[in-house]
Amino acid sequence: MTAGTTAETAAVDEPRARRLRGLVRSGSGIAGLVLIAVPAVLAALSFLGLLPYDPVAQDPPARLLGPSGEHLLGTDQFGRDVFSRVAAGVAASALISVVAVAFAAVLGTAGGLVAGFYRGAADGVIGGVTNVLFAFPPLLLALSLVSVFDRNWFTVAVAIAIVYVPIFIRVTRGPVLSLREIEYVKAATSTGQSRGMIMLRHVLPNITSIIIVQVALSLSWAVLTEASLSFLGLGTPPPAPSLGSMIFEARTLVQIAPWTMIAPGVVVVLLVAGLNLLGDGLRDTFDPRNRGKR
Amino acid sequence: MRKIIHHRAARRGAGIAGTLSGVAVLVFVMLRAIPGDQITAGLGTEAAALSPAQRVALERYYGLDRPLVAQFFSWIGNVLTGNLGYSARAQRSVLDLTLHSLPVTLELAVLSIVLALLIGVPLGMLAASRPDAPRDAFGQLVSLAGLSIPAFLLATTLLSVLASSYGFNPNGQGFATLAENPGLNLQQMFLPALVLGFGIAAPIQRTTRTAVLEIRSDDFVRTARAKGVPPRRLQIRHVLGNALVPITTMTGLQFGYLLGGAVVVEQIFSVPGIGRQVLLGIQQKEYAVVQSTVLVIALAFVVVNLLTDALYRVIDPRVRAS
Repeated sequence: MTAGTTAETAAVDEPRARRLRGLVRSGSGIAGLVLIAVPAVLAALSFLGLLPYDPVAQDPPARLLGPSGEHLLGTDQFGRDVFSRVAAGVAASALISVVAVAFAAVLGTAGGLVAGFYRGAADGVIGGVTNVLFAFPPLLLALSLVSVFDRNWFTVAVAIAIVYVPIFIRVTRGPVLSLREIEYVKAATSTGQSRGMIMLRHVLPNITSIIIVQVALSLSWAVLTEASLSFLGLGTPPPAPSLGSMIFEARTLVQIAPWTMIAPGVVVVLLVAGLNLLGDGLRDTFDPRNRGKR
Repeated sequence: MRKIIHHRAARRGAGIAGTLSGVAVLVFVMLRAIPGDQITAGLGTEAAALSPAQRVALERYYGLDRPLVAQFFSWIGNVLTGNLGYSARAQRSVLDLTLHSLPVTLELAVLSIVLALLIGVPLGMLAASRPDAPRDAFGQLVSLAGLSIPAFLLATTLLSVLASSYGFNPNGQGFATLAENPGLNLQQMFLPALVLGFGIAAPIQRTTRTAVLEIRSDDFVRTARAKGVPPRRLQIRHVLGNALVPITTMTGLQFGYLLGGAVVVEQIFSVPGIGRQVLLGIQQKEYAVVQSTVLVIALAFVVVNLLTDALYRVIDPRVRAS
C-alpha cells in the first residue's frame, strides 16, 4: 500500500468517532433516534416473543374494548390485542424494510461501483437498466411487482428492493467516477493491484457515508411503501398483522374505537419521521457543506 | 454549432427510445412471470376443470402457443395501433378506460401541485428568511409532517372526521367529471388534492429553503441590495426568480410521481383515476388491463420529465444559451 492510500484510509477511519459525536451533537440525529426508540422497542418485544397476547388470536367477547390495564391499547373488532398487533406489525414492517433496503443497497452499490469504475459497456447496460426502472413512478412499480409474485413478506421486500436499486446506483456512480481519477487510485492501479481489490479497498470506503445516508432515507420510504401496499391489500396477506392493513381495517371503526386507528397511525408516523430525521442528521454529520441546510 | 445540437438531440431521442423499449420489455416480462397464465388467472379455480383439448384451444385463441418473442411483438404492434386490450369486467376497451381515467389523474395531479406550491414555496421562503429562528423550525416541522404522515392515514382520518362530524362527503356520491359538473368535481377533488399536496409540499418547502438560502448569499443579490432595490422586489424578482430553477425540477419530478403514486388516495376517495385502474386490474386479475395501463403511465411519466426539462430551459436563460 502506498503512503498516499494509508493516509487516505486513515482519513476515512479516524474521524469515525468524531462523526459519531457529530451525530450526537446534531439535533435532528438525536431527535430521530428518540422517535425511532418507541417503534424499535415494540419491534424488539415482538422479535423476542415478549408480547402480552398472540397478535392473531381472536377473542370475540373482548372485541372493541378501550385501552385498559389488561389491554394497553385496547382491542380490535375481533377482540385481538391492539398493542400486540401494533408491535408485531412494526416488527414485520421493519423486517421487510431492512431486508429490502439491504438488498437494494448491496445490489445498487455494486452496480454503481462497476458502472462508474469500469465505464464502457458495463456502464451502458447498468445505466440503461437504471433509466428503465426510473421510468416508473415508484409506488406503481412496487404495486405491479407484488401483483406478479406469490405474496409473502419476502416477495414484498424484493419488490420494494427492486424499486430502490436504481437510487443506490445513481448516488454511488457519480462519486465513483470522480474517485477513479484521483491520484492514489491511479497509483494503486499502476502498482498492479486488481481492479476488484481497488474498488473494495480504495473506492468503497470513500462512498460509505453517501450509502449510509441513503440507507436511512430509503428505510423511511420503504416503511411508507410497505404500509401503503398493505393498506391496499397488496402486502403480506392476512391474518399477519401489518400497520397498513390495521389502518385500513380501522377506517370504519374510527368513530367507535379510535384507538384501533391511532395506535398503528402514531407508530408508523414515529418510525418514518424518526428515520427521516436520522437521515438528515447523518447527512449533516458526513457532509459539512449541508450543515444548516436541508 | 447547429450540428452539435442536432447530434445531441438525436442521442437523446435514441436514449428515450431505448428506455421506452426497456419499459415495454419489463412490463411484458412481469406479466409473463405471473404464476400460471392468463387462462388460469382469468378462470380462477374453474381452470382446473379444463380438459387438455380445451386448454390447447384457449392457448391458441390467446396466442399463448406462439414463441414469446412473437407474442411480444404482436403486443407492441397492437399497442402502437391503439389496441390496448379489452376489459371483460368493464365491458370496455382499455383505450376507452384510459381516455377516461388519465384526464382525471392529470386534473388531480395539477390541483395537488398547485396546493403543494401554495403551501411549500411561502413556507420555504419564510423558513429561509431567518434560519434557525422559530419560523424556520415551524417550516421544518410542517415539512417533516408532510414527509412522515402517510397519505392513506391522512386521507382516512380526514374522510372519517369530516364525513361523520360535519356530514361533508362529496365523494360519497358518483364521481362527476370536470366537464359534467365543475362545482361538484372540484368539491370531490379538493380533499384528495389536499392530502397529496400536503405530502408534496414537504420536498418543495425544503428545496425552496435551500435554494433561497444559497442564492441570498450570492454577489448579485448584495449588489442589488446596495443599488437600493426594495426588499420585496429583491425577494420576489431576484431571489425567488433564481430559486425557480430547482423548484421547477422538484415540482416536475413530483408531478410524475403522482401519475402512479396517487393510487392510494384515488382508492380512498373513489376517484376513478389511472392508478385505480391499475389497482382494479390487479384485484380482478385482468392482466391485460394492468399491462397496458402501466405502459401508458410509464410513457406519461417519461413525457412529464421531458416537459420539465423543456420548462427548465424556459425559466433559466443560462441553460438556453449553452
